[in-house]
Amino acid sequence: MYMKETIEKEKENETIPTDYSGSIPPEEKHIYSKLFATFFKIGAFTFGGGWAMISIIEREIVDRHTWIKRDEFLDLLAIAQSMPGILAVNIATVVGDKLKGWKGSLMASLGTILPSFLIILLIAIFLTPDMIKNNRVIAAIFMGIRPAVVALIIAPVITTAKAAKLGWKTIWIPFLVALMISIDIGWVSNPILYIILGGLGGYLIWHFSNRKLKKIKQ
Amino acid sequence: MNFYLKLIWAYLKIGIFGFGGGYAMLSLVEKAVVDPGWISETMFTDIVAISQMTPGPIGINSATYIGYVAPHSVDPALQGPVWGVIGSVLATLAVTVPSFILVLTSSHFIRSHQESGVIKSIFSGLRPVIVGLIASAAILLMNASNFNPNGINWQLWTNIAFCVVAFLLAYFPIKIGSKKIKCHPILIIIFAGLAGFLIYY
Repeated sequence: MYMKETIEKEKENETIPTDYSGSIPPEEKHIYSKLFATFFKIGAFTFGGGWAMISIIEREIVDRHTWIKRDEFLDLLAIAQSMPGILAVNIATVVGDKLKGWKGSLMASLGTILPSFLIILLIAIFLTPDMIKNNRVIAAIFMGIRPAVVALIIAPVITTAKAAKLGWKTIWIPFLVALMISIDIGWVSNPILYIILGGLGGYLIWHFSNRKLKKIKQ
Repeated sequence: MNFYLKLIWAYLKIGIFGFGGGYAMLSLVEKAVVDPGWISETMFTDIVAISQMTPGPIGINSATYIGYVAPHSVDPALQGPVWGVIGSVLATLAVTVPSFILVLTSSHFIRSHQESGVIKSIFSGLRPVIVGLIASAAILLMNASNFNPNGINWQLWTNIAFCVVAFLLAYFPIKIGSKKIKCHPILIIIFAGLAGFLIYY
């Protein structure tokens, strides 16, 4: 069965050498429902958010369905990472787009979102703020959980700081950003301000150092 | 302005400026939903905990939950699951639609500029900011309602101890034989909940 499929694919690749070379042939049956089902499964069974999802998405898309080659997948991943928003949804969007345009993106993204949405909705309907407050058992459990949640956010501060390779030129930035956001005074404490400043600053430094380099070369 | 429009606007902004993954997004979310009083600080922390324990991205999970809870807590007239479900759908869509459109319209642009260094330079500036964003999310949650809701001294110290132990478990891998195993966040939350039940109930 598997052999037959691959042989057919190779044949089709020979006849249609356009954009799809290496990816799936455009007329694979039920591709939309397969895209939806694959990303639904990924959304339903991966804990821990975007980064944990990457390896599972790679296994499903590259190894199992052979929809996309590995080097292409890495390219798509780089695009998804350079976009704002939710990483898992971004990956679903680029993969769907690569395979079937915006309709493919839509199916893959909906597949990623829907499991989380349904599970959380079910929990939210039963676990209301009043219930957490008034039920003594649940209140006690959450009182223990809250300090642990804070710890779970402190840990990635250190891991991302290490990954960002902060030097003496940049180490002050996270301190300043955290301080300004935490002091809570109007627009000065708006995180969006620092996201814009950070991106803009990075670009300007690169832009001017580039110009200098060109001048030196001349 | 209609509350649902405010909710959509808040989550569109989170979707557009949410760089750096779920944790970095948390400070944006907190500023958008806790500051205007849509949900309480403790509820926000609880939603983060539940979002971590359920499958799927934290950004989607928390948007769905907050979208469900916020309408009723802002306007008591919006009672009942229907208003909540409308809020969940709107918040979840609003946080995903901007990047969806961006990816579809500009993946070509990104591909052609990746080599040139424009994108790399923007991210080299963003990276230290993202560290600060995550740190600010943690600092904003280090408050009395999470650590000392009843104003009792021994509870404050117990909660600080919870936080320290949870951090050690989350950050340092445990050696079992020759293997090093990092404690999964879900396991840490379950332990903390169990300890909370035993001590505070």
